[in-house]
Amino acid sequence: MPSDALPPTQDPDLLRRLLRAKDRMDAASHEAWPVSRLASLSGVSEAHFARSFKQAFGVPPHRYLLTRRIERATALLRDTDLPITEIAFQTGWESLGTFGRTFRDITGESPSVNRERSRAQAHQLDRVPLCIVSAAHRPGLETAVSEKRRREAGGTKAPSK
Amino acid sequence: MSQGVDVVGLYVRDQDEALAFYVEKLGFRVHTDVRNGDFRWLTVQHPEQPSFQLGLFTPGPPLQDEATAQALRALVAKGAMPPLVLAVDDCRAAYERMLGLGVEFTQEPVDRFGSVDAGFRDPSGNGWKMIGARRH
Repeated sequence: MPSDALPPTQDPDLLRRLLRAKDRMDAASHEAWPVSRLASLSGVSEAHFARSFKQAFGVPPHRYLLTRRIERATALLRDTDLPITEIAFQTGWESLGTFGRTFRDITGESPSVNRERSRAQAHQLDRVPLCIVSAAHRPGLETAVSEKRRREAGGTKAPSK
Repeated sequence: MSQGVDVVGLYVRDQDEALAFYVEKLGFRVHTDVRNGDFRWLTVQHPEQPSFQLGLFTPGPPLQDEATAQALRALVAKGAMPPLVLAVDDCRAAYERMLGLGVEFTQEPVDRFGSVDAGFRDPSGNGWKMIGARRH
């Protein structure tokens, strides 16, 4: 390959269609988003969607969805008095247990502790558009939840294998 | 005040497509549309804001080499360009009107701290926030 060849970049028209699927997840992260649904929004096959999405946005679609759900749950914990069970259902989880476990895996604290801590801090968010506030509070998620759980467990006990 | 920002440019996928969107759907009007070979200087302005122009430009020669232009086109299509904010008197009314025209909304109007905001994208992928005036 000649050294002056253009680096492999994705087709802008495909990227625009991938963005459409990402936007739909953003707008309704509490809904179920099987790859088949996302792929059809982008007009590509399921295998092509998952691969292209990760290449475009740096994270697989399902993991991206998780970050949006956690982010929304964090906002509801901070800004509302809703019971945590209700927040779990509103943000797309089917059980409180799964929500609490995933929330703790990603943020490092339980929903109730997160709520107490965020409410103790002062906020001046009314000058910033909602989407920017959301993005600023989105958790970083560089590794899959299961990997993170395994890594943290590795510090305190021997791997199960 | 007699001085200030005159033009801010946006990268778009296709200037004709962008022109149709900003004029027919958002209600802007053409300020300047000048061609010089392949290059086209195209700006629009809001009818109520004559001192400001929004430039609708495509990445490419003579301003960028092809590799840079390709990267910019990808970034625009991924929605990675900086956010834009449109101020309106009534966000819900503007939303209904624009939705009827086929504008691709990313967020329905929501109340937040006394104002109402919604989100939409232009055909290229540029993200706009539309914020209604705060009620007093």
